[in-house]
Parts: sequence; C-alpha cells; structure tokens
Amino acid sequence: MATLVVLLVFALFIGAILTGGYNKQMIERFRSHWLWEWLTTVDHKKIGVLYALGGGFFFIFGGIEALLMRIQLFFPDNHFIVGRDFNELLSMHGTTMIFFVAMPLLFALMNVAIPLQIGARDVAFPFLNALGFWLFFAGALLMNLSWLFGGAPDSGWTNYVPIALNEYSPGTGIDYYVLGLQIAGFGTTMGGLNFLATIINMRAPGMSFLRMPLFTWTSFVASALVLFGFPPLTAGLFLVMFDRLFGAQFFEVALGGNPVIWQHLFWIFGHPEVYIVILPAFGVMSDVISNFARKRLFGYTSMVFATLLIGFLGFMVWAHHMFTVGMGPMVNSIFAIATMAIAVPTGIKVFNWLFTLWGGKITFTTAMLYAVGFIPTFVMGGVTGIMLSVPPADFQYHDTYFVVAHFHYVLIGGTVFGILSGLYYWWPKMFGYTLNETLGKWNFWIFFIGFHLTFLIQHVIGLYGMPRRYFTYQAEDGITLFNQISTVGAVMMAVGAILLVLNIFVSYRQRESLVAGGDPWDGRTLEWAIPSPPPVYNFAQLPQVRALDCWWHEKMEGNKEMEPAEPLESIHMPNDTPLPLIMSIGFFIAGLGLVFRAFEVGIVGLLVVIVAMFMRSFKPDHGYHIEVEEIKATEKGA
Amino acid sequence: MSSAELHHHAQTSAPLPPHPEKATLEGRNKILGIWLLIGAETVLFACLFGTYLALRGSNMNGPTTEELFQIPMVAAATLILLTSSLTSVLGVVGMHQNNVKKVQLWFGITVLLGAAFLGLEIYEFIEYVHEGHTFTGSAFGSAFYTLIGTHGSHVLFGITWISSLMIQVARRGLTLETTPKLFVASLYWHFVDVVWVFIFTVVYLMGKVG
Amino acid sequence: MSRGKPIGRLFLVFAMFALFMAGCEKPMSNVLDPQGKTGKEQLHLINLSVYIMILVCVVVFAIFFYVLLRFRRKPGDNSIPKQVEGSLTLEILWIVIPVILLVILAIPTVAVTFSQAKAAPKQQSDDFIRVKAIGHQFWWEFQYPDHNIRTAQELHIPVGKKVYVEVTSDDVVHAFWVPGLAGKVDASPGRINRVPIDAEKPGVYKGRCAELCGASHALMNFQVVAEKSSDFDKWVKKRQSPNSDPQTAEQKDGKKVFAQNCMSCHAIDGTQLKMRGNKAPNLTGFSSRNKIAGLLDNNEKNLDRWLHNPEEVKPGTYMPGFSHLDKKDMTSLKAYLQSLE
Repeated sequence: MATLVVLLVFALFIGAILTGGYNKQMIERFRSHWLWEWLTTVDHKKIGVLYALGGGFFFIFGGIEALLMRIQLFFPDNHFIVGRDFNELLSMHGTTMIFFVAMPLLFALMNVAIPLQIGARDVAFPFLNALGFWLFFAGALLMNLSWLFGGAPDSGWTNYVPIALNEYSPGTGIDYYVLGLQIAGFGTTMGGLNFLATIINMRAPGMSFLRMPLFTWTSFVASALVLFGFPPLTAGLFLVMFDRLFGAQFFEVALGGNPVIWQHLFWIFGHPEVYIVILPAFGVMSDVISNFARKRLFGYTSMVFATLLIGFLGFMVWAHHMFTVGMGPMVNSIFAIATMAIAVPTGIKVFNWLFTLWGGKITFTTAMLYAVGFIPTFVMGGVTGIMLSVPPADFQYHDTYFVVAHFHYVLIGGTVFGILSGLYYWWPKMFGYTLNETLGKWNFWIFFIGFHLTFLIQHVIGLYGMPRRYFTYQAEDGITLFNQISTVGAVMMAVGAILLVLNIFVSYRQRESLVAGGDPWDGRTLEWAIPSPPPVYNFAQLPQVRALDCWWHEKMEGNKEMEPAEPLESIHMPNDTPLPLIMSIGFFIAGLGLVFRAFEVGIVGLLVVIVAMFMRSFKPDHGYHIEVEEIKATEKGA
Repeated sequence: MSSAELHHHAQTSAPLPPHPEKATLEGRNKILGIWLLIGAETVLFACLFGTYLALRGSNMNGPTTEELFQIPMVAAATLILLTSSLTSVLGVVGMHQNNVKKVQLWFGITVLLGAAFLGLEIYEFIEYVHEGHTFTGSAFGSAFYTLIGTHGSHVLFGITWISSLMIQVARRGLTLETTPKLFVASLYWHFVDVVWVFIFTVVYLMGKVG
Repeated sequence: MSRGKPIGRLFLVFAMFALFMAGCEKPMSNVLDPQGKTGKEQLHLINLSVYIMILVCVVVFAIFFYVLLRFRRKPGDNSIPKQVEGSLTLEILWIVIPVILLVILAIPTVAVTFSQAKAAPKQQSDDFIRVKAIGHQFWWEFQYPDHNIRTAQELHIPVGKKVYVEVTSDDVVHAFWVPGLAGKVDASPGRINRVPIDAEKPGVYKGRCAELCGASHALMNFQVVAEKSSDFDKWVKKRQSPNSDPQTAEQKDGKKVFAQNCMSCHAIDGTQLKMRGNKAPNLTGFSSRNKIAGLLDNNEKNLDRWLHNPEEVKPGTYMPGFSHLDKKDMTSLKAYLQSLE
C-alpha cells in the first residue's frame, strides 16, 4: 500500500514536471536563486568547489566515527560502544574516508587544477562531470542515511562475504553499502573517464605530454586506474546485490558458491584504489615542492615514468591483501615480489623530491609544510608497506593494528597531507584570496603531531597481538597505555581539523586583506598565468605553451603573460543543466527502493534516470557564446 | 574545428565534411570517450567471465553445461549478432556518404537483428529454467545468468540507443551533432558483439567440450 | 627473546617499559617474542626487513633534514636557484640500490614462504600431531582426528612437537592466530588452510580471531595450552575417557537441568545424554578449562554471569540467557558443570 502511494506521488510529480503544469512563477523563483546556479552548473571550477564541500561534509562524519572508536578503546573492557555498533562505526569510517572524503577531495583539486594546468576552457564532458559529482553525492548520502533508517553496514569497508550476506547481516545495512557504493562508483568512473579524455584531447597548443605539470600527470594515471579499477568493484557489488536481493548463490558454499571470489574482485579494485588516492597527492607534492623551492622538478621524466610504472604495477599486486587466504606459496611469492617491485618507482619519487629541494630556496608556507611533512611520513608508511609484502611476516602483521598504522601513514601522511597542501596552494586560485598563514601553521603542526601520536604507537599495538576491528582489549594484554596515547593523538588531530575549519572561516572574514593576484606564490605552471578566480572561460585566448613550467619560462623571458595561440574571438560555453541532478535523484530513489526491497520504487527511480537520459539525448544543447566585447570587459576588470 | 566553428557550421548548414564524426572537438571527445568506456566495460566483463569460470562446475543438482547447451541455436544467435555488426558498418558507410536513407535502412536492420538475438536469448533462458537450470538453484546458475544477462542488457541498451538516434536523424538529418553519436553507437555495438564472441567460445563451446 | 638481535632487543626494551607502565603481567601474545619455530622464522624475516627499512629511513631522513636546514630561503633573498634538470647517475643509483636491498629481502622471503607451506605428512607418526580448528561465531572448536577428541576454546599441544593445524570455518570467515607461536591463517567456509605451529616452552598462549566475523569478533579468544609430552598424554587419556558422571545429588539434579536446557546445543562426552548437540562448544572437562567462553576466568561468579546474561559478555552470541531458571536449578547446573573433568 505504502509503495502504491509513493508510486502515485511520483507519477504525479513526473507528470507535473513533464507538462510544466504547475506554478511557473515558482520555477522562475527557483531559477533565479543563487543555489540553482550551483545545482545546475557544468563549470569545472564550481564542480571542484562542490566536490570539496561534499568531501568536507563527509569528513566530519568519518572523523566523528574515528573519535568514537578511539574513545571506546581508551580503557580495556570498555562498554561505551561495543559489538555491532562498533562494527558499524569502523565500517562507515573506512568507507566514508576512502570513497566520500579522499576521492571527492582529490576530484575537487583535479577539477580545479587540471583544465587550468593544461590550458583548457573546460573538461571534455562538462555534463558528465556534473553527473559524476551528483552521483557521488547521492551515493554518499544514501549510505549515510543508514544511520537513521535501518542500521549502518557492519562488515568492514571490505565487506567480506559470507558475513555480509543475509544470513549473518540481516537488515538493510549491507544493502546501503552495496547500493550507495554502486551509485557513487558510477559517478567516480565517469569522473575518471572525463579527466582522461580531457587530458588527452584538450591540451593547449604546445602542451605536449612531457610538458604537463606533474599533478596533471599523476591525475591522468589515477584516472586510468579509476577507469579500469572500478569495474571489478561494480561487478563484485552486483554479485553481492544479487545474492542479497535476488537469491543468487555466488557466495553460498552449500550451493557451490565461493566467498573468495568477492575478496579477489574487491582487491583487484582495492589495490588500484590505493594508488588512485595516493598518486594525485604525489602530484600535488611535486608541484608544491618545486614551486616553493623555486626550482624545476628534479628528474621530471623519471618522475613521469615512475608514475606510469606505479600505476601499472598497481594492478599486479592485489593478492598481497590476501596472503592468509591460503593461495599457496607460489602465488604468495609472486605477489610478494611484485609488491616489493613497487618500492623502486616510489623510491625514485622520494629521492627526486629531496633533490628538488637540494639547492633550492625553500619558503615554508603552509602548503609547503604539508608537502615537506609528507616526505618522512610517507617514507615511514612506505617502508612498513615493504615489510608487509613479506608473506610469512605478513602472517603476523595481517589484520592487526600494524596494518592499521601502515595504511593510515600512507592515507593520511600521503593523501590527506597532499589534499591539505593542495587546498592551501590552490585556495587563492579558487577564491581569489589566500588562507591565513598563521592559523595554517597552527593547523599543520597540531594535525601533524597529533597524527604521529595516534599512529606511530599503533605499530606496536599490532605487534603486541591486537587485531584490527577489535572493539576492546583486556588489561592483561599490556596495551592500555598505547591505546590511550593513540586516543590522545586522535583528539589532537580533531583539534587540528577544527583549526582548518576555523581558518577557512577567519580567512573569509579577512578576505579583503588576504586578496591574491593571479600569481600569489610566484608559480611555475599555467594556472598561475590567469586571474584568480579565473573567469568562467578560463583563458581569453588559448596560450601557446613553449616549455615545461611554461609560466615560469615566460616570466624568466621577461613576459608578463602567456603568448596567445589564437586570435581573440567569441567563446562557446556549455549551458547549465539540471539533468545531472535529476538523474542522480533518480538513482538515489532507485537505491533507496532496492534497500527496502520495494522494487516498484526502484523501477520508478530508474525510470527517472532513463527519462532524463532521453531528454539529454533528444534536446540539442548548443550552449551559448561569450562575445569579444564581454571578454575584453572581463579581462580589464581582472 | 573549434566549438565556435561548429556553431557557425550548424547555423549555416554547410555540407558535411568527409568525416563528420571527427570534425568537431565534441565529436572527437565522444569517440575517445566511448573507447575509454569500452575499456572499462572490458574489465567488467572480464570479472564476470572470471566469476563464471570459477563457478561453472558448481551446478549442484542441476544439469551440467554439456547437458544444457545446444550449439545450433546459439550458433544461430551468434550469426545474427555478427551480421548486425556488419549492417551497422554499412550504416556508418551510409553516414559517410551523407545518405540518410541508407543510414536509416542499415541501422534499422541492425536494430531488428539485435531484437531477434534478444528474442532467441529469452527463449533459451526459458528452456533452461524448464530443465532445472535456474538463477537461484546453484552458483553455476547465478554466474551463468549474470554473465549472459549482463551481455543481454547491453544488447537491449544498444537497441534502444540506436533506435533513439534513428529518430533524431529522422528529425534533424545528418549533422555535425548526430553523426558522432551514430558513429559512437556503432562502436559500442561492435564491442557488444565482440563480447558475445567470447561468450560463445568460453561459455558455450568450452562448456560443450568440458 | 631473539639473542643478539639489537632491533628485537630495542623493541623488547620498549615493550618492557610499556609493560612496566601498564603494570600488567606478561602476556604470551607478543609477535616479537615468539615461543615456537614458525614464529621465530617469521620474526627473523621481520627483523631483516626492519634492518633494511631502518637503513632506508636513515638515509632519507639524513638528506631530508640536511636539505631543510641548508636550503631555507633567507628573508629578502630573491635570487633564483639553478634550475637543475636531473641527473642520470643519481637516478640509476636510486634504482640499483633499492633493487639490491629488495633482492636481499626477497630471497629469504621466498624460501620461508615455501618451507612453511609444507602440509602434514600422510602417515601418522609420533613426531607430529594433527588438529582441526573450526571457527564458529564466536568460539573455536578443536578436533584431534588421530585421538578422536573434540573440544573447544582450549587447544592442548605437546611441547616440542610439530602441530599441523587444519583451519576451516562453519559460518563466516575467521582467522586463526596465536601471536606468540605463529602467524595467522584464514578460516574460510568450504576451504581448509594449514598452519604449522609448535611451542618450545610449556605455557598458555593467547589465541585470537583476526578476521572481522561479527559483533563479538573482539571476544573470540581462545587459549593454546602447551604442556610437556607426558602431561599432554594424560590430558588425551582424560579426554578420551572423561569423568562426566555426577557424583552428588546436587550434581545429578544439575545433569537433569542440563538435559532439559543445554544438550540440544552442547555435548558432554562420557554421559548417557540423549543428544550430543554440536551447535555450541563441547563442554567435556569443563572445570579443567582456564576460561569460560574463552574469555572469563573460570570461577563460579563468572559462570553465573555468563549463564544469566551471555549477551552482556559476548554481544551477538547465539547462547541465550538462562536467568529464567530458578535459583536451585541454576546452582545445581553450575555444580554439575564444575564437576566435569
């Protein structure tokens, strides 16, 4: 009955939209609202800001989940949050931080920087770009709704079967995971495809592949990993969904199923995923370090090839997450050696960074502090990675706090530091004013010290025999003090994160005095050659790129701006459209319907998607033109 | 040609260049995009193939692959789908000749062949279910229907896509906007056919010889 | 302790210090202080990798701090440093040296990976014993196929003998891990994995489940009791012909209560009970176990707590509470359970 009512309401709603038969004035009011511009935008710079907002929003959730877990672990045999509730926290913390924080924040930086760095007016598929963002947001929202309706997923971010099957996880928690991730995953895949096409097809004249800034390069490889890494997750999630919703038997041992298939599919995705979130951070570091050392990147070419090699090897090592599954010594040895091999290109990167600093003139801005703090932190995460690649030793480390420490060293010390560095670095480009440097330094030091306090000790906790995902430990285990140190560190990190928010707030209030010109950092790459924030069309005339670090090159030649590669003429821009938002709402409805096994609602949601696709395909969108006079006026104003 | 030129072009309705699908940046982006999408889809199918190969022996009490598959019918379906690939090529040739009628004819045949293939597949599924080979009965059943079903849904999507493009061509003719779409759809269609060739080999032929 | 291993010692000093701070007795669950051959081989590899990695860290950190101190930009210094493109020699250097270090690590890695993967010999012999470990939510079942024993929560092994543990699961994926003896291996439904363990010294070693398996994953502890061969043989004898008959009237009553309430899930060998439940731990010789439910010290107070409200002890356990039993029945049930040897 309830579903019938829902169906009826949707039918009426869609009917109303299609016929336009309701309050036209209201629609006008909607359209003239500033929010409408953001909901319908296809501008990569705005979408970048949206990604940052979305990632920041879910960062609050993931952070609170982490703090709650650390509070529970403050005392042995604590009864604050135990059992299933704790499992929900750890599952949502992991999933949120990887998929709904790290990825969108990196996509934010990629959206903001890549088109500017390669001298493009927009991405290759602006519509797909908007769709990617809204799908991510719909998926993330769907999964976080689980806290309110029906319980959160509780089988870890890895969601191993059979514990994630109906028999052992009844209720809707895992369904939220499967559908939320599926929807967000579609969005991410589109994002990856879009950036690949953008970088291949949209580079400015003269911007050859080997003149691209390293952030563009690493994002390029990361996008390729997204494109080829997410389909295994998609496939795996389908299998779990079929098992849970439609009675398939992929993982039911009694009917010939095999739970290890999920583990393989998950990690064939999962390991490239690790590189998806670390490679763009490498790129940020390379650009920031080279910028603030006032030197070109040492060994640029070998950096590029190291990136490619890491991306390639990233697909060859997934089974090192599964050494204890019992695949036999041959498989374990092969994957062990492949994993060790990744240390070589990663080492190349670290030493090239060090030698970029060598002989430079280093300025310690907050962005640079994060980049510099990243080097030793990431090296420590990297060496524990090599230690984990030794299968017999891994039998001891596997699934303990040692591993927790390791991947937080790479994910926070690598990815989060990279994101924060990028945020401080490109903030003026995004908004036209810099962030407050004093608060920024407080933010860095508190966060940095808190981080090491939290996670360094966790190596020892692991070696003392505490497995990960444990909601408690006993006093006799002798790890009480270690856990307490770790919790104190976590609180410190929270303070650091709050300082960042405070900084954003304060800097906004002080934006008059923090105003940044086009090139506040004495930059090297193309994005610093245009005003901050850039006009909607980015480049009035596409620039002619003549060297690596092309903007630096022009400045050294004594030029005040890039040499244009085309005459000033009217610029064609795509129209804003609400369709990506509508399609994502459709997916959201479909996901929610499937979660609650209301298949009618699921079908309605998919119908919304299909109708929106037809509208997109059938309605020609010619975009609009910005005329020469308008461009001239804008450029003069800037 | 830049996007601005495209716009002027659309307004002046000058004759189409020899390769209209690659004449605009939008068109080139679309073609690159579909290749990238095909790459991703290949990985998706590879995963489903892997799953199927791991589980194809787990037929439990249901029929085995040898008992189940009937090569003549599947071979007929294969032939139909491969022919549809050929007709879509002829459609693209028509597009290059700027010949709307030819485009509509050959893409129309493509759609019909695709529909015939789907009909055969549905018939085949019904047969199998009668023989006790079901989606929920065994891991083999789940893997089989998921692999073939995913391919079938791609065929369905292809049919819908090409049909809707035919409507657009009928309305707007062959322009710098419709031609890349047609070209891209035919690339997608070839991909779907290639996947079927692998399914025919890996699932049916290998299932028959054990 | 690993003799002559500075790193191991460093860790241990650190560990001892921490222990002292925490004021606790020494746990037998330390990866860095293994008491068996398998664990020691693994520790050797851990040490080797730690040496190599410390070397790497030292080099990187040295360059890092030197660079940061030496090449700071002085205030007012607007000079532009030399734009160096790179150096092929250096690139080759930091490719070749890591490769050499990795080869040094890879060779023993592969050797140990293969040597530890050997399965138990086919024929029975006195040199080793075989044990089957089956994970359940949230307890461990142990079977001795050569001795015809089924027990739970406590794995008895003879000191100095190789024990081939065959690990599997009855429901979800667990992992069998005794940190003080050897590394872990997954317990997956439908698969059997093997791990060789051995203990050089008698003692009690803490065992853990190391793969997220549900609400009480953190409480799925078990114990490995390593004892001298003669003690082990005694234990085997006792398990094979257990003393499970009630002696006193109270215990007899308790057995009745057990038959009414418990036997559909729990089995006790050596009794004339009508059923041998296999859904829950086998309780033969219950009073000789160190722990209740693998977790609480085995005394009357804890037994009472467990029987009244298992959910409070182990969230998500399948064991129902028995607070509805009247006081007399409960007392006699406890008396019977604690008489089982």
